[in-house]
Amino acid sequence: MSTTIYVPADAAALSVGADAVAAAIASEAARRGQDVRIVRNGSRGLFWLEPLVEVATATGRVAYGPVAAAGVPELFDADFLSGGAHALGHGPTEEIPFLKNQERLTYRRIGLADPLDLDAYEQLAGWQGLRRALSLSPAAVVQEVLDSGLRGRGGAAFPAGIKWKTCADTAATQKYIVCNADEGDSGTYADRLTLEGDPYSLIEGMLIAAFAVGASEGYVYIRSEYPRAFRVFSRAIELAEAAGFLGADAAGSGRPFRLHARLGAGAYICGEETSLLESLEGRRGQVRVKPPLPAVSGLFGRPTVVNNVVTLATVPVILAHGATGYRDFGLGRSRGTIPLQLAGNVRRAGLVEKAFGLSLRELLQDFGGGTASGRPLRAVQVGGPLGAYLPDAALDTPVDYEAIAAIGGMLGHGGVVVFDDTVDMAAQARFALEFCAVESCGKCTPCRIGSTRGVEVVDRLRRGEDAPGQAALLRELCTTLIDGSLCALGGMAPFPVLSALDHYPEDFGLAR
Amino acid sequence: MSSASLKPATMPLQDPGPTPAERAAVQAAIDACRALPGALLPLLHAVQDALGYVPASALPLIAQALNLSRAEVHGVVSFYPHFRSAPPGRHVLQLCRAESCQAMGGGALEALARQRLGIDYHATSAGGAVTLEPVYCLGNCALSPALLLDGELVGRVTPQRLSELLDTLETAS
Repeated sequence: MSTTIYVPADAAALSVGADAVAAAIASEAARRGQDVRIVRNGSRGLFWLEPLVEVATATGRVAYGPVAAAGVPELFDADFLSGGAHALGHGPTEEIPFLKNQERLTYRRIGLADPLDLDAYEQLAGWQGLRRALSLSPAAVVQEVLDSGLRGRGGAAFPAGIKWKTCADTAATQKYIVCNADEGDSGTYADRLTLEGDPYSLIEGMLIAAFAVGASEGYVYIRSEYPRAFRVFSRAIELAEAAGFLGADAAGSGRPFRLHARLGAGAYICGEETSLLESLEGRRGQVRVKPPLPAVSGLFGRPTVVNNVVTLATVPVILAHGATGYRDFGLGRSRGTIPLQLAGNVRRAGLVEKAFGLSLRELLQDFGGGTASGRPLRAVQVGGPLGAYLPDAALDTPVDYEAIAAIGGMLGHGGVVVFDDTVDMAAQARFALEFCAVESCGKCTPCRIGSTRGVEVVDRLRRGEDAPGQAALLRELCTTLIDGSLCALGGMAPFPVLSALDHYPEDFGLAR
Repeated sequence: MSSASLKPATMPLQDPGPTPAERAAVQAAIDACRALPGALLPLLHAVQDALGYVPASALPLIAQALNLSRAEVHGVVSFYPHFRSAPPGRHVLQLCRAESCQAMGGGALEALARQRLGIDYHATSAGGAVTLEPVYCLGNCALSPALLLDGELVGRVTPQRLSELLDTLETAS
């Protein structure tokens, strides 16, 4: 009787040797005459344990990690094929507190099976949202998404249903669904995890969106820094097409829907939706002035829904379980769940999908387990490179779009990067402006010029030249960027700078 | 805007044009991509995948095929950091400079790579072994610090691990 062993083939697991582990398990099993079947699943999102090897036992899946290829014979000695005890053993995977204490809806399938296996997708409740959507009218599908309270998970948190309704209500012979998979924020990897680990859920979400608004073509814009995600997702499109889910009669709906994966080229700004559309059209990724909204005039001038990967991959859950079932998670105007991504100097780094409302402190302590270095935590950057740096005193804030905005931060795409007490916050402020200068599309002056001038001001501050005067100048410059920039890059790059000045003035040579 | 070097700074007055190998690769990319809506980025990717760079001398061919001006194509190539206009070294090492990697010692890796290779970003080491490029997030933030070596992601990089990688790159031909 063959034993099934799961070794993730997610890019993160591969980056720490998962292929070598899979090969070592195969050769060691052969040497010992033991019959094993190795499944290359997606990652469970428990990255500090990667490569995380799971064994299917009579009592469920049992986890071992992080496993090195050299340690594989030892696992066999410990009889891990029967779930035997070992120093790297964590017992049943589902009972690991980090996983058990989550509320996984969008990520309910992640890491369970071979991500490209269509039969496994079906068995794991795949296509249920699509089937229910096709049994409703397009307008009813839009209403479900509106009623669910789903807001864009890419960062802007704009209600998805309103975009859909605007696009649905605009008459046109051709409409598009565009998925923003240009996940450029440091500290985030939720999109990558879905593209590689549950690609059909995104395809299902895009099919539902297409049916709801009357679109016949879709594009997924994947950043070039994710070469593996692009390969896996492109293959998923081919397989879904061969199985009839995409094409002239998509999923038996009687309507066409064709999907294309497109590769970005290293420009952070293309995560901004209008820049992304410019890039898809074959131009420099420069921001467009709004209005017109993309939902009215988007890709190639046609009505276009632009949503993030997580947003679209959540739609099947909403349709399968109903808007109310999803709305019941969360609080205030932040409904449902959000995949938070723990990163940087944190002991247990990984994906935590929870209903809105837990505090940042619960996230960092209960899930994250404190810093990886064991040193005191000094700052947390929430929401990517344009997000504020928050000190320990701010960590009782709940994860909620409005609550985090109220303390001068933003939740963004849900990335949470932890820094210990060795961090130099003036250097972080400088980096935020340097990043803005590197990535500015150049269209508006505050962002293009202000970012470079900002780096110079921080440099003078750090050299101790006229500190109070330079600090005042830096604040004034930040105000200009916030008020005068065309998009969020220039408009929000000041957030990390101002928060560093406010909470850590001593790092700039200023009095507290 | 994107990096300054490795980009076409000038357009020579007497352009000798692409080499036969360059011309063949560019023509194949044109044939494969010209019918796509918004064809320019897929086309440039196809050229760079085949050659390792997008030769400046091939821009007129691309412009003509897509009914664009040469300036428009140049504008796109130079906007996106991914596209290079000169052949890279035998290996391309992309180090993540973003916040999550900084929090886990990425700065020390940057310093080590620069010192070992004797170059800064956007340059190729003497002998042509390694081109060093910055990258802003590889989505491996839970296993920081991270790098991309010839397109392969490496996580939990320590200075020692980077040194070992550099050893193999510099000795391999």
